[in-house]
Parts: sequence; C-alpha cells; structure tokens
Amino acid sequence: MESKKITTAQGCEVRVYTTGQGEPLVYLHGVTGVMKDDPFLTALGRHYTVYAPVLPGFEDSGGEDEVDGVLSAALHGYNVINALGLSCPILMGHCLGGMIAAEMAAIAPNDISRLILLSPMGIWDDAHPIPDLFATLPFELPGLMFNNVQLGEELLASGMDFNDAEFLTDFLVGNAKRMGMAGKFLFPIPDRGVKKRLYRIKAPTRLIWGENDALVSPSYAGIYAREIAHSETALIPDGGHMAQYEVTDAVIDALIS
Amino acid sequence: MKFTWFNLMPWPYLPDDFREKYRSVWVDIPNTLYDPKLGHQVYNTYLSQLEYAESLGFDGIGVNEHHQNGYGLMPSPNIMAAALSRRTSKSALVVLGNSIALYNPPIRVAEEFAMLDVISGGRLVAGFPVGTSMDTNYCYGTIPAETRKRYAEAHELIKRAWAEDEPFAFNGDYTKLRYVNCWPKPIQKNPPVFIPGGGSLETYDFCLENDYNYSYLSFSGYLRAKQLMDGYWEHVEKSGKDMSPYRAGFAQTIVVADSDEDAEKYYREHIDYFYNRCLHVYPGFADAPGYRTIKTLKAGVTSQMTRQAVGSVTDLSWDQLIKDGYIIAGSPSSVVEQMKKLIHSLRVGNIFCLIHVGNMPDEKTRHSTKLFAEQVMPHLRNEWPDFEGDNRFWIDPLPEQAERAAAPAVGGA
Repeated sequence: MESKKITTAQGCEVRVYTTGQGEPLVYLHGVTGVMKDDPFLTALGRHYTVYAPVLPGFEDSGGEDEVDGVLSAALHGYNVINALGLSCPILMGHCLGGMIAAEMAAIAPNDISRLILLSPMGIWDDAHPIPDLFATLPFELPGLMFNNVQLGEELLASGMDFNDAEFLTDFLVGNAKRMGMAGKFLFPIPDRGVKKRLYRIKAPTRLIWGENDALVSPSYAGIYAREIAHSETALIPDGGHMAQYEVTDAVIDALIS
Repeated sequence: MKFTWFNLMPWPYLPDDFREKYRSVWVDIPNTLYDPKLGHQVYNTYLSQLEYAESLGFDGIGVNEHHQNGYGLMPSPNIMAAALSRRTSKSALVVLGNSIALYNPPIRVAEEFAMLDVISGGRLVAGFPVGTSMDTNYCYGTIPAETRKRYAEAHELIKRAWAEDEPFAFNGDYTKLRYVNCWPKPIQKNPPVFIPGGGSLETYDFCLENDYNYSYLSFSGYLRAKQLMDGYWEHVEKSGKDMSPYRAGFAQTIVVADSDEDAEKYYREHIDYFYNRCLHVYPGFADAPGYRTIKTLKAGVTSQMTRQAVGSVTDLSWDQLIKDGYIIAGSPSSVVEQMKKLIHSLRVGNIFCLIHVGNMPDEKTRHSTKLFAEQVMPHLRNEWPDFEGDNRFWIDPLPEQAERAAAPAVGGA
C-alpha cells in the first residue's frame, strides 16, 4: 500500500493509503482504524483503486478540532474526495466509517456512484442494544469484535499482549485519541439521527453484515434496508463485526456481485 | 490550618458478597440494593453528623456530587448544603462541588450557589470539579472529548454571571443565552473556589491562573499523593505565585480512638467495607477515552485495566494500611503525629477529614469526630505560621453570622 499526506480545502492534513487498480473506491475505516499492511484493503485492491483516508484522531491525520459531529465529518469526507481529485467514486464504510459514509450519501446523494455499508453504526434499536465500546476493557475487545477471537487478538494487539502494562500504556494513549474522536459520534448512544436522512440516498447500496456480529447485530441490516430505496443485503457466515478480516473473500464477493 | 468534616454519604448496607456479585459500585449498581426507607434514616443521620462537626469547631462541613454511586448518595450536593445552611451558622459550607459541565444551562450553578451563599450569610466554598468520568461521561452522557471544553465554557459563564452588573449575552459553543442575569448574586464578591483534581496537568494551571484552591481527593492516602502534590508545587513555584499552603487541600481517611489498639478494634471493619465494597469500581468506567488529555495520559497511565488487575482485592493488614498512609489511625497522639507528616509532606493548609468511613455507625463516627476535634485539631492549628492570616482561599461571611444561632430542629434536638 502507498501512504501519503494530502491537505483538504479546510486545511486538514489527512493520511491516505492507496492500493490496487480499477474503478476508484473510497474506504472509510471503523473504530480500529486501518490495520498495518491492511490485508482487507490489499485484497480489495485486486478489484478497485482503493483510497483509504485515515479519520481525524487516528494515526497522524489532522482535523480533530474541525470535525466535531456528523455534519462536519461528512463534509470533511467530501473535502478528502475533492482533494484526491475524484469524481463520483464508490463509497464504502465500515462501523464508524459506515455511519459517516451513510451521512455523506444522504447529504450529497448525487456525488457517489455506489454505497457499500459494512456493519455500520449510526442507528439504535432498543430491541438490540449495541454494547458499550467505551466501557469495554482492551482485553475484551477481540471477543466483542471478532468471530475468530484468536485472529482478533493478533490483529488488534499486533502480536503484543493486552496484559502487558507497557504495551497497554501506548495502546491507551492511541486508544484515547481514536476513541476520543469516535466518541463524538458514538458516545454514549451511537445514534446521531442518520435514520431520518437515509431516505435521501439515491446510490445503489449494498449492506453487508457478519452473521455473528456481536457489536452491531445483523438485525440492523433490516432497518437500513427499509430506509434506503435501492439496497441489497448480504449476510456473511462466520463473520463478526470485523468480517472483512475474518472471511475476506466472502465480503469481497458480496460487495462486487 | 482549615479542617473540613466531610461525609461522602456511602450506602451502609452493601451486601457482604457485593464484590463477587456485582461488577461496580458506580454507574450500573442495581438500585434494588437501595432501600428508600432505610435511606431516610441514613440521610438524616449523615446530615446530623455534619451539624455535629460544626458544633465541635470544624472550619468547614463538606458535601460533594456523585451519580448512580453506592458510596456517594448526593446526586445534588446543593440540596444537602441547603439543608445544612439553616441548621448551622459558623462553618463554611464546602460544596466540593458542582460538576459544572453537566448543568444545562450552567447558569443554574451560578444561581444555586448564589442562593446558598445568601442563605448562609456568605459561607459558601464553591467547588467546580471537572467531574469523574463515571459521573460525567457514563452516568450523565457527556461526550468525553467535549467534557473539558464544556467545563471551561461553563466556568466562564458562571464567573461572568457573578461578576457582571448588567444582563449580557453569552454565545458559547454549548450554551447560548440572550440574557444572562444572575438573581440573586452571592454575598461574597468572589466566593472561594476549590477545584478537586486527580492529577490532570491542565487543572494545576487552571487553578494557578485563577488563584483557586487545588484539592487532591484520593482514597489512597497521603504517601501516594506525594508525587502528585510535588508536581503541583513545582508548577506553583514555576508560575511565580506565592507558595501559600492554603492553595492546596487533601482528603484523608482518619479514625481516632482512645488508644491505638482500640482504633483497629473499632474501625477495621468499616475501613474494609469502604475499600473493598465502596471502591469496587469497574475499570471500564474509570476513564472514558477522550476524557483525559493525551498530555496527562502520557505523563503516566496506571494500568488497572489488565486482566490481572481486574478482580484484585485490597487485603492489607492494619499496620500496613497506616504505614502506606491509606488511613491515619490511632490514639489522638498517634494521629497528631501522622497528621503533621501529611500536612508538611504535601504542604497543605486544608484537610478534608473523612472521619465517617464506609458503614461506620453514628456512635463511632461521633466518638472519632469528637476526639479529633478536641485532642487532635488544637495541636495542628499553627502549622503554617508564615502564612497566618492568609484568608484569600477561605470564606468571608457577614459579621453577624458568628452571632446567629442555627435554626433549631423542629420537634427535637
């Protein structure tokens, strides 16, 4: 993957990873950020030119002060697309990134060609409460986010130990920046009203969910499907909230077909 | 020295197996554990104890704010202070404090604090905590990364509301008011402000910029507080401000008995209740990401979040509890000695005396309080002769307050 910094019209410096060839696809990551040598993005690059901008507060991307809610996040997303020189790209978002992607598609429905939402946050259903990510201890995260817990531990801790105090300090500093930003959208209830705006989405939309997503229940796919006019849903067997890393090919098949 | 008798107001009926059965004393503690009929007794006993402390000569009586908390039954400290304001006449009412980021609009704090100051004849000490992550974020839903900005904005609004003579417009990010007009105004032109801090570097600077008292409220005792308070005093020195010990305060668990042996015999179970049950907080609620600044996090993250740390139980011997400074305990002369160490090692002019501990019954609480007031406090009054008369950080009540008798109780003492 290539890595570069771009500057938006608002003056935010944004880290962007680029990989692959084909039609442009902008990927907005979730609360865990972009993985090192991200295996999913690499696989996705076999079909598309993938642009993965890093959200403010993650890695060394700026914009933490400018982005303070869903409207500013959606506009920031378009600022990034403009700075990349793209026109009407495919927009894909996972988790928190899915929530922002849905907002973008609703705010400017003519500015994206397709929408792919992978286990997006953004709606709250009392019948299926989303666990409190902000009160989850680091060592509990892999079990919440992955169907394959062992893989989750490897990916989230990059081989380090969540019970090692020194590693944990670094993790918590990074986590405070990442989740501090995520909290602007997700705390204390991950709902900023996108459901009321989904009717505006015109782009053909693919909803993809790990069947065993313990964080955002697959039942939410039904809510999104009801609200978005042109949507199709694919449930991925053996996938958790991070299905794209667990059953990568199945997720890619679901978004292409 | 200024001594404030403080009651956290813990629920004294947490079950023996509380620690095993429930994950947290705070935020999601089931309210089936609370019994309002017993609560009636508990509140009234605790309020009477605070009044009793005034009668023994404590400089201040203190209340604070917590939510959904089994060791702190005061979601509204102002209600407690209002109850005390009529039944006392001399002690400062130390409200430590109102979590100003949580009041919407925060002008409410300016108004209620002004009411307390006026009713009490100028005896209010106004505490403005940022608030713990448990209260502010998990119980009251403030977005962690916004907490400090909301706090700063609320502080600006309250201070201006007290100071300005004409209605003014306030255009904040979180509060927009066309007509800010605080009725009533406080008696004290600038009520003394105490800021409870837990080691945030930004809070040190904030206190110094405004000449506010910085008070460290920890339950780990004075020895563990040394490093933090040294850091604070370094900041003071660098800032060029004077080194008055009245700039700082510390909360300490203190139990006094007729002898050292009696202290362990009578109070041990209540100390254990406090440390093992009352402080059993789920670590996932301790520090919402974004609540602390990166600067503070980098200065030292204490890792209570490893698998090993979760579920560990405080199980120290009595001697160890004293030796490590978690508690100050013993006969009056032993307590005097330990208190002097505390006062000088932390350089504090204010002590918040946590004499009621955990599920301590009324009789023991009063005994310990009386011994402290009569046989400890008199030996500690003049620890800071160089700063005698430094009243900048304390109340300035109406002169007649000293003469006013507290309102008698209706139907009994």
